[in-house]
Amino acid sequence: MLDAKIPEGPLDDKWEDYKGHVKLVNPSNKRRLEIIVIGSGLAGASAAASLGELGYKVKCFCFQDSPRRAHSIAAQGGINAAKNYQNDGDSVFRLFYDTVKGGDYRSREANVHRLAEVSAHIIDQCVAQGVPFAREYGGLLSNRSFGGTQVQRTFYAAGQTGQQLLIGAYQALERQIALGNVAMYTRHEMLELVMIDGKARGIIARNLISGELERHFGHAVLLCSGGYGNVFYLSTNAMGSNTTAIWKAHKKGAYFGNPCYTQIHPTCIPVTGEHQSKLTLMSESLRNDGRIWVPKKKGDNRKPNEIPAEERDYYLERRYPAYGNLVPRDVASRAAKERCDAGYGVGTSKQAVYLDFASAIERYGHVEASKRGLSNVDADTIITFGKEVIKEKYGNLFDMYEKITGENPYVVPMRIYPAVHYTMGGLWVDYELMTTIQGLYALGECNFSDHGANRLGASALMQGLADGYFVIPYTIGNYLANEIGTAVIPTSHPAFVDAEAAVKERLETLMNIKGNQTAESFHKRLGKIMWDKCGMARNAQGLQEAITEIQQLKKEFWSDLKISGAIKDFNPELDKAGRVADFIELGELICKDALQRAESCGGHFREESQTEEGEALRHDAEFMYVSAWEYVGDHKWELHKEELEYEVVKPTQRSYK
Amino acid sequence: MKWSYFFTSAIGKKIVMALTGLFLISFLIVHVGLNSCIFYDLRWFDPTDNGEMFNKAAHFMGSALVIRIMEIGLFLFIIVHIVQGYVLEAKNLSKRGQGYNVSLGNRGSKWYSRSMAILGTLIFLFLIMHISHFWVPSRITSNLQEVTYNKGTVKVHNLFLRMFEVFQNPIVVILYVLGCISLAYHLVHGFTSAFRTMGVYNKKYLAMLNSIGYGFSILVCTLFALMPISMYFHWVSPN
Amino acid sequence: MEHYTMNLTLKVWRQANNKSEGRFETYQVNGISSEMSFLEMFDILNERLVIEGKDPIAFDHDCREGICGMCSMHINGRPHGPWHATTTCQLHMRAFKDGDTIVVEPWRAVGFPVIKDLITDRSAFDRIVQAGGFISINTGNAVDGNSIPIEKAKADASFAAAACIACGACVAACKNASASLFLSAKIAHLGLLPQGQPERKDRVLSMIAQMDKEQFGSCTFTGACEAVCPKEISITNISRMNKDYLMAGLSSEK
Ligand SMILES: Cc1cc2nc3c(=O)[nH]c(=O)nc-3n(C[C@H](O)[C@H](O)[C@H](O)COP(=O)(O)OP(=O)(O)OC[C@H]3O[C@@H](n4cnc5c(N)ncnc54)[C@H](O)[C@@H]3O)c2cc1C
Ligand code: SF4
Ligand code: FES
Repeated sequence: MLDAKIPEGPLDDKWEDYKGHVKLVNPSNKRRLEIIVIGSGLAGASAAASLGELGYKVKCFCFQDSPRRAHSIAAQGGINAAKNYQNDGDSVFRLFYDTVKGGDYRSREANVHRLAEVSAHIIDQCVAQGVPFAREYGGLLSNRSFGGTQVQRTFYAAGQTGQQLLIGAYQALERQIALGNVAMYTRHEMLELVMIDGKARGIIARNLISGELERHFGHAVLLCSGGYGNVFYLSTNAMGSNTTAIWKAHKKGAYFGNPCYTQIHPTCIPVTGEHQSKLTLMSESLRNDGRIWVPKKKGDNRKPNEIPAEERDYYLERRYPAYGNLVPRDVASRAAKERCDAGYGVGTSKQAVYLDFASAIERYGHVEASKRGLSNVDADTIITFGKEVIKEKYGNLFDMYEKITGENPYVVPMRIYPAVHYTMGGLWVDYELMTTIQGLYALGECNFSDHGANRLGASALMQGLADGYFVIPYTIGNYLANEIGTAVIPTSHPAFVDAEAAVKERLETLMNIKGNQTAESFHKRLGKIMWDKCGMARNAQGLQEAITEIQQLKKEFWSDLKISGAIKDFNPELDKAGRVADFIELGELICKDALQRAESCGGHFREESQTEEGEALRHDAEFMYVSAWEYVGDHKWELHKEELEYEVVKPTQRSYK
Repeated sequence: MKWSYFFTSAIGKKIVMALTGLFLISFLIVHVGLNSCIFYDLRWFDPTDNGEMFNKAAHFMGSALVIRIMEIGLFLFIIVHIVQGYVLEAKNLSKRGQGYNVSLGNRGSKWYSRSMAILGTLIFLFLIMHISHFWVPSRITSNLQEVTYNKGTVKVHNLFLRMFEVFQNPIVVILYVLGCISLAYHLVHGFTSAFRTMGVYNKKYLAMLNSIGYGFSILVCTLFALMPISMYFHWVSPN
Repeated sequence: MEHYTMNLTLKVWRQANNKSEGRFETYQVNGISSEMSFLEMFDILNERLVIEGKDPIAFDHDCREGICGMCSMHINGRPHGPWHATTTCQLHMRAFKDGDTIVVEPWRAVGFPVIKDLITDRSAFDRIVQAGGFISINTGNAVDGNSIPIEKAKADASFAAAACIACGACVAACKNASASLFLSAKIAHLGLLPQGQPERKDRVLSMIAQMDKEQFGSCTFTGACEAVCPKEISITNISRMNKDYLMAGLSSEK
């Protein structure tokens, strides 16, 4: 039985109560307890820094050359917090409610409520660290709106919120490194989890420069290794984002929660060709001001500016008048796919829709003109004023768009299309963020936690930092309080020796296949299967095919892979091969999970399960649970269910009309 | 923070350069002002001056005690500026290690801003020549002709005549003009760089300093360059 | 946008590791689309090299969105290539034309030793931040975010400095291999905010001492750093840092 260890009592009091009763570790004992943190993104850096501050001995790992380069750096739009600075009716409850609803009633109430509770502290903490959030002229913090909400609760730093938050956490981390509380291991990749007597006790890591394998002990291990969206090959994730850390843990016994919940983000720059190596997000914040449309006429080849307003179909505004362009991501993505599949797509590939700023430019232009006390301003000046405002808000995104496409989005509407962006699934964790392995925790995007079947924009940053700054420092004590008697286990222990030998053998096997195909080419093929058959829309037949194809791909991989270079060397090809091998196995599990969940919910859209209007149709009676998969052997998993109980929110079919 | 470190850190070294440089700039103002007195002899002013104004001013500079003391300071600062300049350049050059096959060149910066050491060296060589032409005979060997003014009450070195003689040699004139050009480029960069080094970051002031720097460098160096030229062409001469 | 394909000659620096001697290797790449990114062109070349059983060219990259600061190629003599305010990963092939020869080198600086091919070790930047590039506040100590109003102009200037991605192009371009632009950006980011005041003096002194230790040169204000910085960090930050240094150095009692 899965025990989520949700504290008793009313929802509002659970976290306070928990904190009041949780076991503590005294300072002198903390010094003797070692913690391993895998990852230096928002979750990892904030956790490592906070635990270091508390006095634990921490080792932190990342595969980039600096902790500051973790993928969180790329987050653009913002971070939510229930501050209600705008006096527009926000509250902890409303953030909680929006998140549960946005997640299509597939998340755990207690976790989400805790997230909403600590959200306000995150902003305070970040401001104190010197995160330069956007401000109003009065000197106070500014907010914008994000999808799936009707209040303005998103804090931001132009289009670089993730960078600024990560730098804040990174600085805190570097400070702990300087103080000697945290030891940082950059260009290191965790390749195995070491378990002793059923508990997580360390890792085997590969030094990516020398290729040497290293053993590291920890009384507890925290995985903060980010999302696995790259299983689709093309995604908005960084090139190095991978599943390896959590996959190794999964194979050692950590259950995988809801693997099929993947988020397809509606506003990304479309694919241009076979050479494409990744996709670039255009932040959701753009939907504050951009209007999405396609021509009303099929196959209309006129230039966008030549199509008059009445011949444009602002399909989101048409279908969802209440939320308009700010519907949640899953809804917006499917709507774009629907229009393109129906033949209304634009651009050369016809796999794109327009995101148009013309009316926002005009609106802001008028506001600016009246701010400057000008009347009778000609249209061109209005547009110039308007462009300035847009530039201040989204300048870096517009520049990025122009660099990639060569088109000027101030003049021509952006072309956008949905792309894989985020994975709601991940290692199953209980209320304390512990996986099903004792002493192994998962934080940030790599756990399945708080977003249910669909994440709202600006909530991942919030969750990563909540986990690292405000949750784990409390919950880990509850475990470590029982570990104060455990002496540091020398890494000559047979468990370490065996784990290292297994890693070594696997690396050698990979190198010795000496086939003809590159890791990259396998990754591309996997991505294509996943996108075609387990992407924005899924059906039983396609998923079954995908499973067979992936199993076939796996065989081919292990018999025809080609890697150049050597093991004991800096060898990015070998790193990639190891990651692709894990992605292939994960891909199979994702499809199995998608097949098993014969309902549509959030980012998981089963074509068999939709309303007459083509909206996602949940089946609460059958599927109101978290799917937690246990690895039992090659191609074999066993499903465990954590039933979800809604005490406060009453699940309804989601509507954004 | 120890003083020794304050002046030798990456920024400290630059502060030394900036302070000495700014002092030398202020010296240039005095120097150019004083020497411009020779132009009083131009036909638009008083062609019968024959360097009287200049000689008197030069005499004042040579006799006032304060100024003699400052002169020692000046030499000291020149030496510090030169030595520190070479140390800085050597240190900075050593930070690249292996060089580039294709370099950025003028795409990122002005050639003269990257060539301060070379320009400085040219100025240094020029200075040696310049000192041997004037300062040595006037202050050390004292083998200059003398001239009397104010009805015989004032007797001073006839530096004006010395200048005239020196600048009859076209090669010397060319070398002087080249020296002035080096100085101009050195100053165009050095002037604002010194202020930036000393912490002026306000864009408005920087823009102003930039213009002043340009104006100053061009004006001062043109005036200096005109001295040998106008003597060579006898626009200014002891007739 | 007109798209076209091109054939190119690449001259790339190859170096097995930190100890070995490096050299240029020439490659011919054909059929490159103008829509590709510069790194995608390298991907294609690398795929070919792997198939041929050769060692692919090692280069740093991760986000490919111009924000992580990983990518770092010196392209035809300019860090991050010919486009203004653009990282290597955001450079697209329409910047080149058929028949071009492109020379690609790693960042060159004693403070950034080569690890392999085009990859250098930039950990010196982390150590500079460790020396004081932070605000000492433990988790949980913070007051309400709106209790400290910050003048918008200052907040914006702080943000503009905080946009630095620690790529190291400024060091690569500087004739003195000075890390001043990077360092001053950090100092301005924190020093412009009220939260950064208590440690402002110590911060500048210890970070500069660390920069010295890491073998970076002095700033002589040539402006090359600013010209190549992909995030358009302003060189005025360096003057600001110098001012802080003067103030801190003169007022320190040690
Ligand atoms: C383009 C983009 C824009 C986004 N914008 C927003 C936004 O506006 N708002 C929002 O809320 N969310 C946004 N998100 C989502 C959000 O950024 C991520 O979900 C979040 O940052 C993940 O943080 P993390 O700490 O869990 O993982 P990451 O930041 O991905 O960090 C993972 C860390 O793990 C390390 N690692 C991984 N595997 C290993 C291994 N095997 N060994 C050692 N180390 C390893 C990596 O080196 C890295 O340090 C965006 C995401 C993307 C892709
Ligand atoms: S200042 Fe600019 S060039 Fe230097 S590291 Fe930062 S972003 Fe890169
Ligand atoms: S790869 Fe991240 S900035 Fe270029």
